Amino acid sequence: MLPYYFRLALLSIRNNLWLSLLMVAAIALGIGVCMTIVTVNYIMGSDPIPSKSDQLFYVQLDSWDPNGAFREPDEPPNQVTYLDAMALMQAKPALRQAAMAGASLIVTPEDADLKPFIERIRATYADFFPMFEVPFVYGGGWTQAEDDNRTLVMVLSKTINDRLFGGENSVGRTVRASGHTFTVVGVMDDWSPVPRFYDVTTNPFEETAGVFVPFNLITELDLPRNGNTNCWKPSGDGMQAFLNSECIWIQFWAELPTVTDQQAYLDFLNGYVLQQKELGRFQRPLNNRLNDVNTWMDKQQVVQDEARILLVVAVLFLAVCLLNTIGLLLSKYLGRSPEIGLRRALGASRGTVFTQFTVESALIGVVGGVFGIGLTWLGLRGLELLFGDIVDNLVQLDWVMVASAVLLAIVASILAGLYPALRACNVQPAGQLKAQ
Amino acid sequence: MEFGPIMRALSRNKTGAVLLALQIAFTMTVVVNAWFMIGERLGLIDRPSGLVEADMFYVTSTGFTDDFNVKTTIDDDLRTLRQLPGVVDVVTMNAIPLSGGGWSMSLRIEPGDDTQSWPVAVYMVDEHGVNTLGSQLIVGENFSPTDVEWREMTQASWPDKVVISKAMAQAMFPDTSLSQVIGTTVYISNDEPVTISGIIDQLQAPWSGWDSVEQTMLVPQKIAFSSVRYMVRTEPGRRDELMPVVEETLSRTNDGRLVRNMQTMTETRERSYSLDKGLANILVVVMVVLVLITGVGILGLASFSVRRRTKQIGVRRALGATQSDIMRYFLTENACISLAGVMLGAGMTVVLNVWLVGAMGFPKIHWIAVPLGMLALVLIGQLSVIGPARRACAVSPAVATRTV
Repeated sequence: MLPYYFRLALLSIRNNLWLSLLMVAAIALGIGVCMTIVTVNYIMGSDPIPSKSDQLFYVQLDSWDPNGAFREPDEPPNQVTYLDAMALMQAKPALRQAAMAGASLIVTPEDADLKPFIERIRATYADFFPMFEVPFVYGGGWTQAEDDNRTLVMVLSKTINDRLFGGENSVGRTVRASGHTFTVVGVMDDWSPVPRFYDVTTNPFEETAGVFVPFNLITELDLPRNGNTNCWKPSGDGMQAFLNSECIWIQFWAELPTVTDQQAYLDFLNGYVLQQKELGRFQRPLNNRLNDVNTWMDKQQVVQDEARILLVVAVLFLAVCLLNTIGLLLSKYLGRSPEIGLRRALGASRGTVFTQFTVESALIGVVGGVFGIGLTWLGLRGLELLFGDIVDNLVQLDWVMVASAVLLAIVASILAGLYPALRACNVQPAGQLKAQ
Repeated sequence: MEFGPIMRALSRNKTGAVLLALQIAFTMTVVVNAWFMIGERLGLIDRPSGLVEADMFYVTSTGFTDDFNVKTTIDDDLRTLRQLPGVVDVVTMNAIPLSGGGWSMSLRIEPGDDTQSWPVAVYMVDEHGVNTLGSQLIVGENFSPTDVEWREMTQASWPDKVVISKAMAQAMFPDTSLSQVIGTTVYISNDEPVTISGIIDQLQAPWSGWDSVEQTMLVPQKIAFSSVRYMVRTEPGRRDELMPVVEETLSRTNDGRLVRNMQTMTETRERSYSLDKGLANILVVVMVVLVLITGVGILGLASFSVRRRTKQIGVRRALGATQSDIMRYFLTENACISLAGVMLGAGMTVVLNVWLVGAMGFPKIHWIAVPLGMLALVLIGQLSVIGPARRACAVSPAVATRTV
């Protein structure tokens, strides 16, 4: 019977071509607008490292001004000081842990035809790579000994390795940068977690840095730092004074697989702060925090307010489109009461009438959904045009979203057709026939 | 009035009427809130920055060779660039207004670490700063060449004199006239005294979304970093012609550096507000499409209803109803549904707004927007229903005599 209903549906659609087109357009637009904005929100809020996000913890120590919190109400600073980062790295109570900061280098390619270029780098510790499960094409991360000895080593991103070495295995080769010679120890495979969870103090949707070097080289080579520095008290003149100051500029992550580890680490942090209090630092009440990846993303409002406002608007938009379609379908089906009455009188059961009308609404829904996906794609391209590189990593149509769009369209259209179809199959045949 | 018959007819198809009223309510909720959001964002974008933006651009010079001499290079560059024909003035700056990256400090009237403080964005410029930026000095005086010192990379101390923006002066000294502020000593880094030597009319901070975006300060320092930014102001209309000249001049005079990130202030403004502008654009599209869908939806529903009632309309006409009676029937019916819809919509608009204000610091809508929105949607409904209603008027009384 289904092919027959399908034919009937096509006929009915042809009879009301403009209104059917309007319904398809309303569903397509509703799905398109809604999915575009949901996709952006979904990517902004997605778990950047699902395998481990509940085992990785961002460390916050309240080293801030005794006269006022870093951010009300009583939020500890979002980065740590150099003094504290060094103390935590030396104590090493976590399974793995790494301090990190952004910086930049001027890379001078061996090939004299290539111009020197400036590259964002991330200075961190050996544990960074296993802790964040960074994939490698060649070689691997550096060792703890290389951290301690301040060895001039580098891990390159795939892009930079392509640029400098044409994609060859460059492990063991050297790179000249900012007046120093570095040895390449590893080349990463494509690795660009979105959001860039390990540092959300600057734009979390920026690309991963192209070069990774041991953290200690920042101070050793006096590399220019990128990122935010906040001080609540003057730091004094000179590099050493800055390093010993209360200025925060370092992100700190620890890998703590079990609840016991987490408790032990927090106890360790509290013990450290209490000990520092005796030296006159940390004059605020004890307020150290460990946040796992997703909690930290939430607290740092990685999903921007603009995106959340748009999400509300998009849901309301979809609601209007669906209401519109339900209204039109209802009106259309009720207009066909005489026809339904006739079919019922000729022996069609309520079930068959219901099926017939559901097929018709599903057809409209599926067509609307397909167009909706097209519109979503267009919408994402439009966002790209509108916002440029700010959203570069945000506007990819991923298959989870495509699948949910199709599902949403079918469910929405069947739901939209359900009530009208129900009303249609309840038409009294006698009344309709008599009226004629 | 055919109010009674309309109500009875509506009660025969309650669901259809309720659906339409709900659709109108949702549409109104989105449209009124979106309208306000758009107005707010566009208001932000329209604020002046205090710069002669159309004639300004900047470029970064980063020295990378071991023998790169920062101070000589900067002094040579400034001298060369200032002599270029068409260039009004050039200055080195630690941060660019609207660019999103910069320095901020706090100023205090009383020294100490627990006295009241006012946040201020810091621009390090030499005596050419005021002229390059195009700011007007309202009172006091500009820096003299002898005031200007080099600022080293890790230096934390400040010079003796500063020039502040009018908004900063008014924030710190609301009850004092501007000329009396000149010569006042304020404190930076908790207790380091600096004297206010001049006040400029306006200059925005590097962060367009900052609460204190108008609170800025010029300090007489030239930054002695290997990476330095030159802000260039050209004669009106000559910016695009001079950009390649400046880039070429810098690259030619010293090849131990990278000349990069050349950008006009116009581009910087666009980048700075791209999120606001994008949001406003999206909302405009959403608003227009939503109104269109609702309008066309009403039109569709009305034409269905006209088609279904052709016979009744014919009977009414045959019994003496004029064309305008028929027209009035459909307009009134639509007005009844719309009215119910916009009344619900008014409530929903306020609820959504209250939630947005609470959850995201969204601005409160003005009360007048609610009745205006209600009126607009009722009008849209009436306009949409006119077409089908005219078709209803055209139904001939003779229809009444025919069977379907």
